[in-house]
Amino acid sequence: MSERVADTSGMDTVQPPPTGLRLAWYRARRSVKTPTPYLMVFGVALWLVTYSLLTEILKVPRFEKIPGPIEVITEWLSPDPAWGMSLFTEAYLINIYVSCRRILIAFGIATGIGVPLGLFMGWSKRFRDYSFPILETLRPIPILAWVPLAIIMFSGFETPILFLATLASLFVTTLNTLLGVDSIDESYFRAAGCLGSKPRHVFWHVVLPGAMPFIFTGLQISVGVAWFSLVAAEMISGDYGLGYMIMDSYMINTYVSMVMAMITLGFVGWATSAMVRAVGNRMMQWRIRALALEGR
Amino acid sequence: MPESATETPGAGITAQAPAPAAKATRGAISIRNVTKIYDPEGVNVMAVDDCSLEIAAGEVCMIVGPSGCGKTTLLNAIAGFHSITFGEIYLDGQLLCGPEKPLADQGADRVVVFQNGALFPWKTLLQNVAYGPIVQETMGKAEALEKAADMLAEAGLADMAKKFPGEVSSGMARRAEIVRALINDPKVLLLDEPYRAMDALTKSIMHEALLEMYDRTKVTMFFITHDLEEAIFLGDRVVVLTTRPAKTKKIVDVKIPRPRDYRLLGSEEFRLLVSEAKGAVHEEAIKAFEAGERELA
Ligand SMILES: Nc1ncnc2c1ncn2[C@@H]1O[C@H](COP(=O)(O)OP(=O)(O)O)[C@@H](O)[C@H]1O
Ligand SMILES: [Mg+2]
Repeated sequence: MSERVADTSGMDTVQPPPTGLRLAWYRARRSVKTPTPYLMVFGVALWLVTYSLLTEILKVPRFEKIPGPIEVITEWLSPDPAWGMSLFTEAYLINIYVSCRRILIAFGIATGIGVPLGLFMGWSKRFRDYSFPILETLRPIPILAWVPLAIIMFSGFETPILFLATLASLFVTTLNTLLGVDSIDESYFRAAGCLGSKPRHVFWHVVLPGAMPFIFTGLQISVGVAWFSLVAAEMISGDYGLGYMIMDSYMINTYVSMVMAMITLGFVGWATSAMVRAVGNRMMQWRIRALALEGR
Repeated sequence: MPESATETPGAGITAQAPAPAAKATRGAISIRNVTKIYDPEGVNVMAVDDCSLEIAAGEVCMIVGPSGCGKTTLLNAIAGFHSITFGEIYLDGQLLCGPEKPLADQGADRVVVFQNGALFPWKTLLQNVAYGPIVQETMGKAEALEKAADMLAEAGLADMAKKFPGEVSSGMARRAEIVRALINDPKVLLLDEPYRAMDALTKSIMHEALLEMYDRTKVTMFFITHDLEEAIFLGDRVVVLTTRPAKTKKIVDVKIPRPRDYRLLGSEEFRLLVSEAKGAVHEEAIKAFEAGERELA
């Protein structure tokens, strides 16, 4: 309630609403007055302390073999790491680079195929009747079940891994795009019709922008799914990459590197998801601005 | 929409604007014995039953009736969103739909203003308004944007042109939607309860703006509402429909001269007309209520 009051008093001054950096600064200033950032810091600290207590300080049974946070962070920042991997070693950076490149390719292909495919399926009843049963049968097959087939079909390390990551993310993107088209209110199609649109106008001016919110929700899920299947594939048959790093460190008992790769995956996955969201926000200013007025 | 090119002549009604007594010459709708049955092979729902109605060129025809009686169905048939089962509908003597062709072609000669508003949320008001002429290729892009900006300014929306529909009030959005329709120089404006969700004050502002627009363009209006005061205030005739299936029950002629303004609302004549219409609607409302059907809006 008190926030409401603060809001309306702010409205009295006839300044234009802030944009860009000024808006970000305004939001940052406002957010430090709310409990949110402190709770976040506290949450992370609590988690780190518990983790450290379990593994390094109390050495609770079952946890004592796991490298603790202090050990992992020291190793990560060490120019001369005891177990061979740190921020300063080429091997670690190459693993990150390889995985990211694979995600870029797989996610790019999946988006490039999945979005148009979903749009056409949603737009054309006939095309949907042809293709929907196939999509719905292939989609539930777990991505790990595709591994042998991928290895038979493609040679080498790279192509089967890319295939698996692409496939998983393709299904998610296609389905969400299709749902996005379905979600568009009938009256927009009617409005377009009575304003004299031809089918191609309906496609570019109604179907595509109308499905956009669902497409980007789908892409955020899809980039996560791509990471999931990528790491699975790298663990099974890899030469480089974060998934490979986890499996390899496990095999040669360098658990510190294993945990380091896991945490790295967490951060890199979070960053890609945030990037997808940022692109979506850029492309959907109409939605951002309307939601902002509702205080979201 | 192949016919829209021939049916949207360049010579606009707006050209006649300065003379208030200008007589409209186009936009006559003739609804002849129209019946609409939804889902002919399953559970038949007869929404419109043998309904006939003649709307003159340049008339503001108000359609009232209980919820779910078939008003939107009639509008959809004229606009070409739904087929009709029997009967014919003509626009200026040309067949829109009939036995041979149950679904009318959609075209910019009959533009709809929707019940819940259908400005494209992903386009600014300006882009929304310019959309029609651009896709019909009646104007170049720059010309359409310029005309759209002029028309928005005329409707008092100059400052809002660059905003998205989600950023403006519902009254402004509705006004912009009417501008988006008018830029196509339509023969008929089809309005489906456009001011339904608005408070009385906003509504009265919208009414005056609409009347002012009508006095300028003399465009035929097929205007659905269930607000009887609105119907009498705006309309030349008020057509009261029966409860489902819809037929014309009563037609109230509103012989109040134009231009009209809010002072009319206090007059005896106005109140008499409202109560006349109210009597007819009330009977039907009771029937509809007793039928107890859930309306699908
Ligand atoms: N697509 C549809 N399929 C079946 N019944 C419908 C459909 N659309 C409307 N109806 C029914 O037709 C009747 C008239 O609907 P409508 O024309 O929307 O009424 P209103 O006068 O409130 O605009 C209602 O009983 C409604 O339930
Ligand atoms: Mg209706």
